[in-house]
Amino acid sequence: MADPALSRRQVLRGASLGAGALVLGLTVRGVSVVAATGAAPASAAFAPDAFIRLAGDGNVTLVMPQTEMGQGIYTALAMLIAEELDVALEAVKLEEAPADDALYGNPIFKVQATGGSTSVRGYWPVMRKAGASARAMLIAAAARQWHVPAAECRTEPGEVVHQPSGRRLAYAALAAQAAREPVPADPPLKSPETFRLIGHSQRRLDTAHKVDGSLRYGIDATPEGVRFASLACAPVVGGKVVRVDDRPAKALPGVQQVIVLDDMVAVVAETSWAAMRALAAMDITWNDGPNAALGTADLWADLEKASQAEAHVALDTGAAAKLSGDGVIEAHYALPLLAHAPMEPMNCTVHLTSGKCEVWVGTQVMTMTQRAAAQEAGLSPDQVTVHNHLIGGGFGRRLEVDGVRKAVRIAKHVDGPVKVVWSREEDVARAPYRSVYGAWLKARIANGKVEAWSHRVVGPSVVARWLPPAYDGKIDSDAVDGAAETPYDMPALLVDWVRHEPRGVYTAFWRGVGPNMNVFATESFVDRVAREAGQDPLAFRRNLIGKHQRARAVLDLAAEKAGWGTPLPAGAGRGINLQYVFGTYLCTVAEVVVAEDGTVAVKRLTTAVDCGSPVNPDGIVSQIQGGMVFGLSAALYGQITLANGRTQESNFHDYRVVRIDEMPQIEVHIVPSAEAPGGIGEPGTVTVQGALNNAIYAATGIQLSRMPVDPSLLSKSAWR
Amino acid sequence: MTTINVNGQQREVKVDAETPLLWVLRDDLGLTGTKFGCGIAQCGACTVHLDGAPVRSCQLPVGEIGNKPVTTIEAIGTTPAGARIQKAWLDLDVIQCGYCQSGQIMSAAALLASNPTPDDAAIDAAMAGNICRCGTYVRIREGIKEAARHG
Repeated sequence: MADPALSRRQVLRGASLGAGALVLGLTVRGVSVVAATGAAPASAAFAPDAFIRLAGDGNVTLVMPQTEMGQGIYTALAMLIAEELDVALEAVKLEEAPADDALYGNPIFKVQATGGSTSVRGYWPVMRKAGASARAMLIAAAARQWHVPAAECRTEPGEVVHQPSGRRLAYAALAAQAAREPVPADPPLKSPETFRLIGHSQRRLDTAHKVDGSLRYGIDATPEGVRFASLACAPVVGGKVVRVDDRPAKALPGVQQVIVLDDMVAVVAETSWAAMRALAAMDITWNDGPNAALGTADLWADLEKASQAEAHVALDTGAAAKLSGDGVIEAHYALPLLAHAPMEPMNCTVHLTSGKCEVWVGTQVMTMTQRAAAQEAGLSPDQVTVHNHLIGGGFGRRLEVDGVRKAVRIAKHVDGPVKVVWSREEDVARAPYRSVYGAWLKARIANGKVEAWSHRVVGPSVVARWLPPAYDGKIDSDAVDGAAETPYDMPALLVDWVRHEPRGVYTAFWRGVGPNMNVFATESFVDRVAREAGQDPLAFRRNLIGKHQRARAVLDLAAEKAGWGTPLPAGAGRGINLQYVFGTYLCTVAEVVVAEDGTVAVKRLTTAVDCGSPVNPDGIVSQIQGGMVFGLSAALYGQITLANGRTQESNFHDYRVVRIDEMPQIEVHIVPSAEAPGGIGEPGTVTVQGALNNAIYAATGIQLSRMPVDPSLLSKSAWR
Repeated sequence: MTTINVNGQQREVKVDAETPLLWVLRDDLGLTGTKFGCGIAQCGACTVHLDGAPVRSCQLPVGEIGNKPVTTIEAIGTTPAGARIQKAWLDLDVIQCGYCQSGQIMSAAALLASNPTPDDAAIDAAMAGNICRCGTYVRIREGIKEAARHG
């Protein structure tokens, strides 16, 4: 992925922004989170770029190009700007950026998208430079007013100080003049030892209105005159509506309209409940189409078959010749379909009028949402206004715009605004999924050391559909992420990939993305090979590490904190997962107890993480804690299954997730670092499956090849 | 027409008696702090207090409420236990996306009101009905204990 950098042109472009309107403002503990429909308001005396607006009254507004969905990005990005601009975090207001790829495109993706643990990595240089540039212009303005050299001036939060004389001027008083100063090409950044904010835990800026119910998520949008819709999409991908008997539905109270489209049916009513109840009462006959007989076993068979196809090579340092004949260790690993199931069910509110479309939604992709709505409405993107909201859980589900498209298609038949809310059953059963993936690995060991290693990945390319410019038609970098580059130096390595798009499902990114498969496979196989070599998994990994010395540090720290090597009772085991993905080194030691019936209890997850320069350390801990719970749900319970083309799971009773009474003890240790930041949203999720699998392996001698854990394979009679 | 007492106010709602309280709060009364999560009392996002006890409003027909007072997240801060839970939630940065937290806070506030010093087993029993997909359970547990310490 491209190295992000802020060009002078980008800085200048922000300065020419016109006036805009603000809506949906609310004050959050002295900080306000506002959704903006335009850029710099007329009241901004100093708007040096697309992100900073300093008003004549001293108010500082920071525009947030990334979506807040619980990961704490509003706080982290505000810290980066506030550090270099030198303002108190308590003094800033935050605004959601409007849809505008040119101004607010993610520096890594080049479109306005929040995902892949890219936000801090991408914006680390951009936001710091934006803040530093503005601070330099404020200093220049003060120096001009005082007739002193700028070099004699420094800043304290919110003011410029002339060092020799002790004179001070507040930023507010300098805003107008600062706007006339030239934009510096290369403003000096603070040196890390002077950081007041970066590296020091700050309270989140987005939570005060989350404790009293006053924060409005997309599902809470209530434009004047809104009506409520519930929808039923074809239960099988490719299915169509044959006929609908809507008489029982229309007889129910509150029902206003039944909308029948070729692949979905919607009811519009006075309340969401009235719409849901009427939909359930409706008799819909579907033609299931070509996937009518599809089952999960077909997906596994397809994957196996695809593994025999010709692969694209991601990395080859001469391993193939050493991996045939006797003495080769082989293993296969696989992961199932998964739904995202964010707590906020999918929803989208749309008001379509002649030549104009308004959309209220929580999305990870502002401009894709705008373009999708425009396409469905037959409008141009500039005729579509997207009111984005803080998100009640994304995890990749809201990188997709299928819900926006469906809502606009429904809105075309409704006079006035309509709020479309997915039932949980619809959300689980008719959603794009994390795909099935398969991995086939081989290794040869000689004298206790790895001589050659190969890793074939089989799975879809979500990137090819979602961000076509990022896919070269040969290798999807996400698909092999965590397989091609590992923490280890293998003397000979072959990593290749077969693109395989599963039948009958739509695939999507899912928290942890490609590395979920690749790290699970790599780390499970490392333990398998270590056992064949007769070595302790910790010592074996230490010997495999070469250039990635930061990996060794997290490995050793996690092992020490977890008490690696100390005795455990029968049925208990510890397992290591070491990874280097999203620019972050992370090691987890899982401790499990396997009961005689094969039930697995996870007792402890001990993690050490080196994610480069920590921005908000407590936020990092929080992301690792939460990411691990997300991964644990997948490892213990997560799977979507198909029969007759239909998803068999429907809600949290049969698509289980971890609850508080199943929680292991979780410890997170941050390794100090001055390197550029790595990503932190995904790594915690990625780390769980390998650690858990290896702990089960240690406890029972059985290595599972597929998640979620199947206790029937682990009963005591099978232990080795 | 049904009359219910919500957050200390008598509210008249024009819905049929079968309508779950959740949708009356959200769509009729504009109290959107109470969240829809699953519709089958599996996730706890819709938790409110009925006469001080936590209930899943997605499964409570409005016609069955009668005179019992309903308290929602919008008013829980006026109760001593609710205010302590809210403060602990902010002090420990429990919250991530926040969508489930209305329900978490309602369950936690009810727990604390009935048991001022809950141990881990009591926390598990009271909170296991509330799902958090962001995985904030570590801090929910700490938050309840923190709130209990300041009781």
